[in-house]
Parts: sequence; C-alpha cells; structure tokens
Amino acid sequence: MAAYGLGATNRRLTGHGSAPGFRFTLYAIVSIVVMVLDQRGGWLNQARFLLQAAAYPLQLAVSSPSAAWAWIKETTQSREALRAENTRLRLRESELALRALNYEALAKENAQLRGLSHALPPIADRWLIGEIVNVELTTLRQRLLLNRGTTNGVFEGQAVLDGWGLLGQTIHTGPWSTEVILVTDPEHAVPVQIERTGLRTIAVGAGNEGTLALPYLPANADVKVGDLLITSGLGGVFPAGYPVARVAEVHRDAIQPLAQVRAVPLARIDRDREVALVWFKDERTNNPDIQPQPTPAQPKTPATSAAAPQGAAAAAPTVPAKATPPPAAATPPAAAPVKAKAAPPPKTPPKAAPEDEAEDAVK
Amino acid sequence: MNARMREPRGRLFLTILLALFLSVVPLPAWLDDVRPAFLVLTVLYWSIAAPRAGGIAVGWISGLALDIFQGSVLGQHALALSLVTYIAVREHQKIRSKPVFQQSLIVMGEIFIYEFIVFAIDGWTGHTLYGPLHWLQILTSAAIWPIAAALLGRSHAPR
Repeated sequence: MAAYGLGATNRRLTGHGSAPGFRFTLYAIVSIVVMVLDQRGGWLNQARFLLQAAAYPLQLAVSSPSAAWAWIKETTQSREALRAENTRLRLRESELALRALNYEALAKENAQLRGLSHALPPIADRWLIGEIVNVELTTLRQRLLLNRGTTNGVFEGQAVLDGWGLLGQTIHTGPWSTEVILVTDPEHAVPVQIERTGLRTIAVGAGNEGTLALPYLPANADVKVGDLLITSGLGGVFPAGYPVARVAEVHRDAIQPLAQVRAVPLARIDRDREVALVWFKDERTNNPDIQPQPTPAQPKTPATSAAAPQGAAAAAPTVPAKATPPPAAATPPAAAPVKAKAAPPPKTPPKAAPEDEAEDAVK
Repeated sequence: MNARMREPRGRLFLTILLALFLSVVPLPAWLDDVRPAFLVLTVLYWSIAAPRAGGIAVGWISGLALDIFQGSVLGQHALALSLVTYIAVREHQKIRSKPVFQQSLIVMGEIFIYEFIVFAIDGWTGHTLYGPLHWLQILTSAAIWPIAAALLGRSHAPR
C-alpha cells in the first residue's frame, strides 16, 4: 500500500524475529499481575489515584462537546423563558424554605419524643455540590464523573444525592475527579425499605432501562405500585430514610416463589447537571455529640428499649445507621416513644421547654 | 540510528490521543454499540506501518489508558491490545502487502481476538463491561479500516 511510507526502516526488523514475542510475553505478564493486584484487595489504589489524576484533563476534553452544547443552549435561551424559570425557582425556593422550617420543628419533636435529642437520625451535615463532567449510561454501566475529588474531601463509598432522591455512591476517587456508580448500575445494590410497611429488601440496578429491580421479595410480600422506597441504612454506606425510588410495576407469577418488582428512581439521573456529595453527621468519628451519649443512657432503666439501639449506633460510628433506623421506622414506633417520653423530662427539663415553644411557634 | 530519527513518534502520539478521545467520548446508547474501536484501529495501523516507532509498548500503554477511562480492571484492555499489537507487529510485512479489502478482514480477526480477551477477562473478574450488541463493533471497525488507514497514512506519509 502506498500509504505506508516507511518501508526502509522496517526492513531491519526482519532480523529480530524473537524480540516482539519476548516483549509481548513481558507485557502480558505485567498485565496479568496488574489485573490480579487490582482485582484482589485493591493494592493498586494509589496507582489508580495517580492515573485518574493524569486522565482528568482528557476526561474534561471528552466532556467538552456536551458542555459546549449545554452552554450554547443556555446562552441562547430567551428572556421570557429565563424569567419564567426564575419565577418558578423563586416559588420553589420559598416552598422549600417553609418546608425546612417545618422539618426542623419535626426533627426536634421527633428527637424529644424518642428522648434521644443527641442522636437525631443521620442528617446531612455538609454538602458539596459537584458538577457532572462525564456521563456513561450504557446497558451495563451507569456511571458519572464529577469534578470533585479527594482535595475536596471526597472519599470512596460516599453517598451522592440530587434534589429528588438518592443517586449513587462514589467508587473511584482521584484528586480532582470522582467516579460515581449510579443506583441503576447492574453492579450496584442499595438496601431499601418500603416506606408504607417498613419491609426491608435490596434494590439492584437494572441497567439501561433506568430502573431498579427488587429481586428478593417473596410473591406474597406486601408491595404495591406507587410504594416509596427509602434507604434502610443497613450496610452503612447510605443513611436511613432517604428516598430512592417508587415502585412502578409488581408482577406476581403463580409458579415463581419471588415477585418481580420494578421501581423507578426518584433522582433525575438523565437530567441532572449538578449533584450533591453528602457527609452525614455520625459518619464522622470525631463527633462530640454522639460519643458521650451511651454512658449516661445505659444506667437509665426506664428507657432501655429506646436507648439500646442508640447505644449500639454510637458504639460503632463507622456503621452508624445499622442499628437505629429499622426499629424506629418500622411498626413498633407506637411503643418506643411512650416509654421514652417518661424518661427525658427529668433528664433535661430546661431543654425540653424551649423546644416545645419553638414547635408551637412554627405551627 | 538514522532510521530511528524518522520514526513518526509525534504523529503517533497525537493520533492515538485523538483515537482515545473518540473511543471514550459519550455517545447515545444505540450509537455506542456500533462505535468502531478507534483506538484499536489506530494502534493496529501504527504497528503495521511503523512497527519500530512504538510496537507493543504503544498497545500496552493505550490499553492501560482505556482501562482508566472505562473504569475496568487495570490491565484488561492493556493485555488485549498488546496481544493484537504483537500479532500485527510480527506479521506487519504480510499484512502490509495485502490489498485493503483483505486488510479489513485481518483487522476484523484482530478485533475479534481483542474483544474476546476483554470478554473473557470480564467473565473472570465478574464485571460486565459490554452487552452482547457490543460485538457489532467488530464489523463496523473492519468497515471503517480503509478510511482510517488512508487518513492515518496521509498524516505521516513522506511528502
């Protein structure tokens, strides 16, 4: 072929018949060693970290076409459209502010009822908004790349949310970028709970359809279309109580022992441009609010049933949500608060009163 | 030594970077499955046209880069790509003397080997990187080979 213009240089290669074979063997061995190391135990995390840093500029370049398209769309938007969006956002903002007020009051009331004013259910402590740099939504891989990395304090296995629900968790972190595995990725599973009944199960990603499957529910499980799935907090990665998905389809087959249930995630996976990386209060080991609590709580006899799960949660701060949420959110709440209610007033009488006032003021 | 100076290393690097870009740029799902393996094609081209310029090292490093971008097990694409590079480097004179159509067929075989290794390692590691439709890219890659080779040839042929 005329295109290959370097025949002269290559003629010398004929003498080196064995060299490429030897070199290939070398590279093959290196590849296999690297694969084994990467697969078992993740000894290559440091190398991956560095390589991810090196790859980031090209990843930015790869995302530039879609970023440019978004920019063009944004800058050419008409004034009316922007104004309409503005009013819509303002309405939503005031609505959310009201809801936040209400929420604080409810959180206080809840804590007071349970007598656990220092062990509120895990609340987002710190947020970091990350911009989506690159999206990979293929049949078998649902990943995002964010423009935040360990220099921003991001760690592996961190929960990622958007304004509507749970989005996923971080898997590979680089200094300036983070790969996020979405809840819809087939390799991802999230422990969930049906909000209506408290039934716990696991939601597995179903890939390209953008749905979640609940493959471990027996055929007679109480699940209906429209049920809200929230995180159960088991597993320790996600805190309890965050919305994940809504059940869209329940199929019961007489010959199959398990029900086929599909759920649609609430997070707007294909429309988001910014997402939130979240730090939860009791995921931090240096939280002074939680550590001292178990010692005074244990000797107290009347509130044992309420204090026990809390003590367990505080004793293991790395897996915080494991013990507390299920008993609280499931059916027994009627019993627990009644017992707890008797306990807190003698414990902190001055503190309870202003809280009551605050609630009344909001209502 | 003299010949070494003429190796098109700079163009090799640039075209491989471009091919990597094309290989990882996000596309809609239906297009993603038929996207030709640009990186493999480029590496194959250089290992046939200038086997001394890079050789197997180029294949290995490009494969590792692909591993990072795709988040796969490190070494997966590196192994697959270094194997096909090795075959191409070893047989470069035979491949080079064939007409373009036959070259396409050889490239098809090479990309099949490549895909098969990636697929096999997927099975070993328990990940699933690609769906069954992904095998279509063997055909599209073979189809685009004459164009790719002509473009790449233009990029470095002596004027």
